[in-house]
Amino acid sequence: MKNNKRILQLTFSYIVILAMITIILYPILWIVGSSFNPGNSLSGSSIIPENATLKHYKELFDPAQSDYLIWYWNTIKICVLTMLFSVALVCMTAYSFSRFRFVGRKNGLMTFLILQMIPNFAALIAIYALANLTGLLDTHLALILVYTGGAIPMNTYLMKGYLDTIPKELDESARMDGAGNFRIFWQIVMPLAKPMIAVICLFTFITPFTDFILARILLRSEDKFTLAVGLYEMIADQFGNEFTLFAAGSVLIAVPISLLFLSLQKYFVTGLTAGGTKG
Amino acid sequence: MGERQPKSNYEGKDHRPSKKNKKQDPHGTTNHRKIALALSIIPGFGQFYNKQWLKGSAFFILMASFFIAFSDLLQFGFWGLFTLGTDPNYDHSIVLLVEGILTLIVTILGLGVYAFNLRDAFKVGKQRDLNEAPNSVRQQYQNLVGGGFPYLMMTPGFLLLVFVVIFPILFVVLLSFTNYDLYHSPPANLVDWVGFQNFIEIFNIPIWRDTFFSVLAWTVIWTFGATTLQIALGIFLAVLMNQKGIILQKTIRTIFILPWAVPAFVSILVFAGMFNETFGTINRDILAAFGLGDIPWLTNPTYTKIALIMIQTWLGFPFIFAMVTGVLQSIPNELYEAADVDGASIFQKFRSITLPLVLYATAPIMITQYTFNFNNFNVIFLFNGGGPAVPNQNAGGTDILISWIYNLTMTSAQYGKAAAITMILSLIVITVALWQFRRTKSFQEEDMM
Repeated sequence: MKNNKRILQLTFSYIVILAMITIILYPILWIVGSSFNPGNSLSGSSIIPENATLKHYKELFDPAQSDYLIWYWNTIKICVLTMLFSVALVCMTAYSFSRFRFVGRKNGLMTFLILQMIPNFAALIAIYALANLTGLLDTHLALILVYTGGAIPMNTYLMKGYLDTIPKELDESARMDGAGNFRIFWQIVMPLAKPMIAVICLFTFITPFTDFILARILLRSEDKFTLAVGLYEMIADQFGNEFTLFAAGSVLIAVPISLLFLSLQKYFVTGLTAGGTKG
Repeated sequence: MGERQPKSNYEGKDHRPSKKNKKQDPHGTTNHRKIALALSIIPGFGQFYNKQWLKGSAFFILMASFFIAFSDLLQFGFWGLFTLGTDPNYDHSIVLLVEGILTLIVTILGLGVYAFNLRDAFKVGKQRDLNEAPNSVRQQYQNLVGGGFPYLMMTPGFLLLVFVVIFPILFVVLLSFTNYDLYHSPPANLVDWVGFQNFIEIFNIPIWRDTFFSVLAWTVIWTFGATTLQIALGIFLAVLMNQKGIILQKTIRTIFILPWAVPAFVSILVFAGMFNETFGTINRDILAAFGLGDIPWLTNPTYTKIALIMIQTWLGFPFIFAMVTGVLQSIPNELYEAADVDGASIFQKFRSITLPLVLYATAPIMITQYTFNFNNFNVIFLFNGGGPAVPNQNAGGTDILISWIYNLTMTSAQYGKAAAITMILSLIVITVALWQFRRTKSFQEEDMM
């Protein structure tokens, strides 16, 4: 009796698991299949194409036929620069908030708390108008600045929470030994904060990578696009006509990012959990 | 700790009363602090009174040069901010608005330095009242280097924040009180202050009111529907996978994480292809196999909404799944064994043990999921551009507030209205977020505040 119930329960579980696996994998297989499809559109194709071809991939890698490689390069460039700037600024700001008591600290923390709640694209009208006035429209610099600025409040909070857990006695004893403020920051505290620096690197790299709205507002010319905007433009005009090319482009983005993500997934969960509970 | 010693970073390092001047004034008759404060109305003079010549001159020169350098900007900036220009041939209202905000920021910075000057004079005066020797130049220098360090570290980040985050927010706030739109846009026309007219019009003009409330209603349904579904599915699968006796647990878990690993914009665009009515696989392969097909996924608002909620569930459940899996593994097994002894069913165990523990541990993150979906522009815009169009309103059938704002800004140039709606949206988000953060631990920690 007890055993029967157990078998029933497991059977039910496996049915659900199989259903879920199908739902998850189907879109992925479909897009991979589409990318090998010989035609340009999908009409008359099947999920496992009969005459599989790599021609769409070749087309993407040919600078004469598509801007795809430029978009890839633009995206990587923007993400890496955003990551570097954000991490530097976040570490410096969080260190100050965590280790020093100074006039304006309380208000500063409060401001950060409120700023991290408003998504920075909420002010998209202003960002557009400002970029327009300063001549930064259609430049990568504008995007990097906006991404970096937007990354500061939330990640500073994350970092500050982590730095608070590093015992202050360590700084004190270094100070006794004659280390200056900057040296304590650089040689004592930062090395200990490496796990959190890794999390923040990940966040500040992946956020610009997956952002669509800001890049869409600020970038105008095709050779400046990031992958998100480029891929969207590729199919926005005539959705069906270049779908297989789009599919190949998607696969080439999804595979490396997914691998990166899966290998570092632990950090994402820790980071997001810390961000949510510690504020 | 240390909060009361603003000049020193590490407690007890300086600010010590000098031993030489330990004699207390028996009657406390001196009143240097008030005199110093009063004299400081002209920056630097309070410091001169306190015989701190170097510091006094520094303050005086700083403030004087501030006025000389910015006097034009101050005058012109505030004029521009108040009038937004008088002659469309010469004045560009939006440039004036931007300069006005700049002036505002410069003024605030100036007032900050001025307040610091007053405070400093008062403090040194107080030291003198207590017969302590004012800090020597050398000590002041040390204070500046030590006390200035956090400011030095924060300045680059703070400046960037002011210009790319705070500046735009101020701009939007001010813009929502103007009539900036296609017909009032520079360089041909001027923009004017219109007070609360944008807000009033959103609620009074029928087409705006109807659109606003229908968009708001869908935003709320979307937020609650999609988020609750993704949370429920995430928890359910995590519990399912946590049973003993499931084979290939690790592999299956990895597969379940996949939708989170693929960048969302890629998945959404792929789904847009799958739901396409002419070549999409959903109609052509899957539904056709059941004898259905030709469901207008992208042209009928109701079907688009259903598709959107399903897609967001697909995209969003893996994060909840991963997080809850972590929590489940930390629940002690004894709880379940005790429940078994009492003869509890699986559902009883789930309801009374698993669910409360999971929700307790993850509630704040669950709430951020709701605010995230509230502003989830990507899925709405990339799937169907907020469409299909519906009659009698100026937003698409599946537009949520943020994508409506985007369309008002980028396609119909209704900047003033868009700014007003942004204000309403931000108000909602901030209210929810503040309510949430009040409940979290760090907010109550004495150290944080």
